Amino acid sequence: METVLTTHFANEQYRHVDTYLQFGGYEALRKALSTPKERIVDEVKKANLRGRGGAGFPAGVKWGFLPKDLSRPRVLVVNADEGEPGTFKDRQIMARAPHLLLEGIAIASYAMTIHLCYIYIRGEFVREAKILEEAVAEAYAKGFLGKNLLGSGFDLDVTVHRGAGAYICGEETSLINSLEGKRGWPRIKPPFPASVGAFGLPTIVNNVETIADVPWIVANGGEKFASLGVEKNGGTRLIGVSGPVNRPGVYELSAGVLLREVIYTHAGGLKDGKALKAVIPGGSSTPVLRPGEIDVTFDIESMGKIGTMPGSGGVIVIAEGTCMVRALSVLMKFYAHESCGQCTPCREGTGWLAKVVGRIENGQGREGDLELVLDVCDNMMGRTICPLADAAVMPAQSFIWKFREEFDRHIRDQKCPFGNKF
Amino acid sequence: MSVVFSDAARRELEAVLSRYPDKEAAILPALYLAQREFGYLSDDAIVVVADLLGFTPARIEGVATFYTMYNRKPVGKYHLQICRNLSCSLLGAEHLIEHVSKKLGIRPGKTTPDGKFTLSEVECLGSCGTAPVLQLNDDYHEDLTEEKIDALLDRLP
Repeated sequence: METVLTTHFANEQYRHVDTYLQFGGYEALRKALSTPKERIVDEVKKANLRGRGGAGFPAGVKWGFLPKDLSRPRVLVVNADEGEPGTFKDRQIMARAPHLLLEGIAIASYAMTIHLCYIYIRGEFVREAKILEEAVAEAYAKGFLGKNLLGSGFDLDVTVHRGAGAYICGEETSLINSLEGKRGWPRIKPPFPASVGAFGLPTIVNNVETIADVPWIVANGGEKFASLGVEKNGGTRLIGVSGPVNRPGVYELSAGVLLREVIYTHAGGLKDGKALKAVIPGGSSTPVLRPGEIDVTFDIESMGKIGTMPGSGGVIVIAEGTCMVRALSVLMKFYAHESCGQCTPCREGTGWLAKVVGRIENGQGREGDLELVLDVCDNMMGRTICPLADAAVMPAQSFIWKFREEFDRHIRDQKCPFGNKF
Repeated sequence: MSVVFSDAARRELEAVLSRYPDKEAAILPALYLAQREFGYLSDDAIVVVADLLGFTPARIEGVATFYTMYNRKPVGKYHLQICRNLSCSLLGAEHLIEHVSKKLGIRPGKTTPDGKFTLSEVECLGSCGTAPVLQLNDDYHEDLTEEKIDALLDRLP
């Protein structure tokens, strides 16, 4: 299978510009700089490149949202705030192929007439931020960033900006507020970042992997990229598998790969020959699936038909003998911790979900608790400034709907049948 | 007790400021600099950052308290941040947290009396494929077992 991103991941020197150049690095940028900008945006549209951060918005369409009027400078913000539980792919790109990201940034910026880019990287990724900064310095030194890229007359400044620990800052408007030096509170949309973004300027926010796909698209054409995937979801994607599997890790696979194949062929199936009990397909905010539902392809439309999403590509595998109430309790505590506090339904709702599910796990569940949880969910979903509330609701609802008897049993027996542990 | 930025830190802050259209955007980087300079973000450190950038201490405090990685209280020489999210929990993180807690004699959120270790439970660190994972100060330690943690802690000076 053709690889777009991971071809040289195993080469520890690939993060250095000299090795990157040896393998054809920055050739796509060279080609792009003598290509009409609209052509580049067109190729990205043809590629059916859906955003790889979780929402899956078509990148080429998003790029087209920038105003035609060039009087105000625009900003590209790369979302490297990878924080969705179960997701660990962007870290690999930044640590192993930082120049691939930088080349993608340069091409995207040229295509959108952007001269200023910030890479917002989560604070915990200290090592990856250092690697990125070294790569940025190398790129400036060789003229791939900075003034007059490769003699084209195009200028671009790139700055690595570290976050400081907040899942919510992965949401694009929260990220922009954080970049501006504020608390990471999301903004009401509209206006969208393409109209009013960072520092009040038209801004495009894209995920690391989305941008890293751009050099290959320019070098090989959008149609070719699209053909690696399926109809409305082109290309390959980085899928991370975690939990009790034999080969956890990141795999570059077609966007149309079968979920069953991801778990059993690539990740080697479950450890100790255990049976599958449940699987979260795209990071903790995506509805959970039962074993009978894994014969679905990983693309957005197919997963949508069965009520879930490929999200950020974070496959979390859950084995038989695992307490689903406890698993949900872990996630509910997470969302309660990460709620920015701005909206009442989320601030109060995530708190109540964590409290009630926690009580149920601790053998203190009450009759009516599950109806209460689902009622709270209804009062959160779609009623907030940003989708964090929805992200908490989707596991809460799907776990209870699909594993109802396990929750009922905790409440009826006033204890966790798995002994309050994993 | 007053705290002052070193010349080196001031120069770093100047370089940071040149990358952004306004001073406000330098608040997060400045807080990191201050935390590095002063060990943690005391009330005095907050005032220093406020004065350097031209904002009220309340404004700076508002930012510092939003993010988990800014320490408004001192942390030990070694800050052990163990992930407690789902993938790590499925692979035994709860047991590891309990193990470290017993070994150091402190509950999560606390610091040992000699100031050597602070133990924290943190959310997803973005390394789920090598779970369980902890972050020790800046560094990730992955594929953890009790033995590995013991070996790590025992060799820390």
